[in-house]
Amino acid sequence: MSVNKEFVKFDKVDKSYDGKVLVVKDLQLDIAEGEFITMLGPSGSGKTTCLMMLAGFETPTNGEIYLDGNAISSIPPHKRGIGMVFQNYALFPHMTVYENLAFPLRVRKIPKDEADKKIDKALSMVSLQGFASRMPGQLSGGQQQRVAVARSLVFDPQLVLMDEPLGALDKNLRESMQYEIKHIHESIGVTVVYVTHDQSEALTMSNRIAVFNDGKVQQLSSPDELYEKPVNSFVAEFIGENNTFTGEVADISGQKCKVKLANAEIMANPISVKSKGERTKVSLRPERALINPKDKMDNIHNGKIEEVIYHGDHTRVRINLLGNPEFILKVPNSSANLDIKLGNEIKIGWNSEDARALDPK
Amino acid sequence: MSSETKQILTTDGIPLEVSLKKAERKNKIKAFLLVAPLLFFLIITYVFPIGDMLFRSVDDKMVTQMLPKTFKAMETWDGQELPEEEVFAAFHEDFIKLVEDKREGKLSTQLNYTKNGFKSIIKKLRRKSKSFEEGNYKEQIMSVHKRWADVEYWRAIKRRAPEFTSQKYLKGMDMYVNEEGKIVSVEEDRRIHRVLWLRTLEIAFFVTVFCFLMAYPIAHLLATLPMKYSNLLMICVLLPFWTSLLVRTASWMILLQQQGIVNDFFVGIGLVSDDNRPEMMYNKTGSYVAMTQILLPFMVLPLYSVMKTISPSLMRAGKSLGGTPFVAFWKVYFPLTIPGIGAGCLLVFILAIGYYITPALVGGASGTLISNQIAFHMKSTLDWSFASAMGLMLLSGVLVIYWLYNKIVGIDNIKLG
Repeated sequence: MSVNKEFVKFDKVDKSYDGKVLVVKDLQLDIAEGEFITMLGPSGSGKTTCLMMLAGFETPTNGEIYLDGNAISSIPPHKRGIGMVFQNYALFPHMTVYENLAFPLRVRKIPKDEADKKIDKALSMVSLQGFASRMPGQLSGGQQQRVAVARSLVFDPQLVLMDEPLGALDKNLRESMQYEIKHIHESIGVTVVYVTHDQSEALTMSNRIAVFNDGKVQQLSSPDELYEKPVNSFVAEFIGENNTFTGEVADISGQKCKVKLANAEIMANPISVKSKGERTKVSLRPERALINPKDKMDNIHNGKIEEVIYHGDHTRVRINLLGNPEFILKVPNSSANLDIKLGNEIKIGWNSEDARALDPK
Repeated sequence: MSSETKQILTTDGIPLEVSLKKAERKNKIKAFLLVAPLLFFLIITYVFPIGDMLFRSVDDKMVTQMLPKTFKAMETWDGQELPEEEVFAAFHEDFIKLVEDKREGKLSTQLNYTKNGFKSIIKKLRRKSKSFEEGNYKEQIMSVHKRWADVEYWRAIKRRAPEFTSQKYLKGMDMYVNEEGKIVSVEEDRRIHRVLWLRTLEIAFFVTVFCFLMAYPIAHLLATLPMKYSNLLMICVLLPFWTSLLVRTASWMILLQQQGIVNDFFVGIGLVSDDNRPEMMYNKTGSYVAMTQILLPFMVLPLYSVMKTISPSLMRAGKSLGGTPFVAFWKVYFPLTIPGIGAGCLLVFILAIGYYITPALVGGASGTLISNQIAFHMKSTLDWSFASAMGLMLLSGVLVIYWLYNKIVGIDNIKLG
């Protein structure tokens, strides 16, 4: 059985609310069957609009959306058969948990005994057996969230949309719910389109992440690629922590380039620069830079420790390096022998391969 | 449990409850002083008048005090045959005193309420009583007019002996106590109040229904439109509130009269012929139209305040789960608006049931309500006790509706804003 690579297809989709500003610009996105894809971006980046267009609550201004090969722009939401989890759960407050779950089954005229089985199954999936007769108001936030997930899955949709479903939960609960949703996805193989602005959520849960900004997909790739190999400076800065150096390309040859900073030169990996003289922003992940490197590295510079912040499992060190006073280093606590003290001068090194020379934006 | 638990003490050794009360006393006094002016205002302007009204509607001391000796003498009278001489003598004594104070006219009015025909015979008695001789008053009074020899009239006087009476309430229901002391209905062609009560209920009911049908979509629109437009619409809804009730009613008169704008329009588009213009005011239609328009905001506002709290994602959830827009509305949205519907309907119904100015102006004969009858007795017949009785009947009617509502829907379910 071959997996449908274009289970959901956004084809040249534009969306504007007022006829003046495009909230979504020329969106081209394929989602494979069974995939967990996350739309990640700052607020106002168009990610929720995309989700709403897929659910049928907004219509594309231009272009077409295909679900399993069928154009769906003219199909009303209730005929699309897409499960959805809303930001604030949207549980029906006047119905019990059982009635909430029975709602999609009842409108589909599924016989009661079959419906009861499905409801039991859905409730056990989110480990809420025995809560069927409670009202939503009597449940905690996490439990309401689980009910909302169960309700979106109870009628066996092939596609489930989740619109920042964990936004209202506290940090610990959010993390455990992330794993729970991930496991549910793995066990039933449903296609999930998940919207969030929380990058750690996106990184832990998804097969692929589409980073949105300014109505456009900036990068669509797997979490590790997104983190290790951002293609532009927006993605580099939006995902994870990032050290940047702004400068000008002084020399370029194959996989290496020389970038001239205000008063130094560094070696970098040319990603989006092509020729000498281009402005660029060099991005370097904090954990890729080492203190007193033993191996030979093609970038070794001296910096002064400005601030030391204890974080339990690691220590963050802020260093004034090559004119950048915000250079951050993450030092694992096992390396306690290092001489990290405020005001000390230390040697810092990294490989040019990890320093990605991106667009100057 | 409480007897077993040890009394909790503060660090200074004072029982916690005592200490808490002491700490809160000052706040309680402050809070009371803040509401005290309003409380006194309410007592003076609301509790006293209603209490006075209640008292007035059952008070029947006037006759009791005018004929004290007569009623004392009548205590032993069984009411079968004409009373004994001592009753007549006592009546004569009371009557002379009334004539001296020039109060016999009031007596005749009061007795006439009880039985027609007293007015003329009391006038006659006053004239003749000047030449009465002492003793044998029975003969002398009976000779004044044949009605004085009729036991019916003496029974009528005796019926006025109690200090309190329910006859005003019976009258409000088109009933009275007949000669045998039984409660019976008045003749069919003289029943006016029952018709009015039924019409009041009918008009209040339909006005509530019309208001609900119109207000629901408006409130929904108000709650879902973007702020920019909903504010404007809200002003349109509230605008009638800022206009005098009289002005609004008068403008309906301009619109609805036979030569009015609405009729002109109907004729203009050829809906009705010029010589066959429908009557849209001075009847029930007028009351319906004007009252619905005037009471509409009272339905819109509670509905709006409830709808505002319903998250739009609930309807979306209903649809995304497969419900058609109608099912999503009926199963999800509508049940959540019931508190607002309850509040709005109760408010409009209670206001409509006591409505006065509008029906008086545009209602005509077939569109007037019970409150117009109350006003009529307050201003024209000056029978305040009857007006009070009907007012209280209206009040208790409202309380019954409130009670019923609480039984059926539950008063906790209400939401006014």
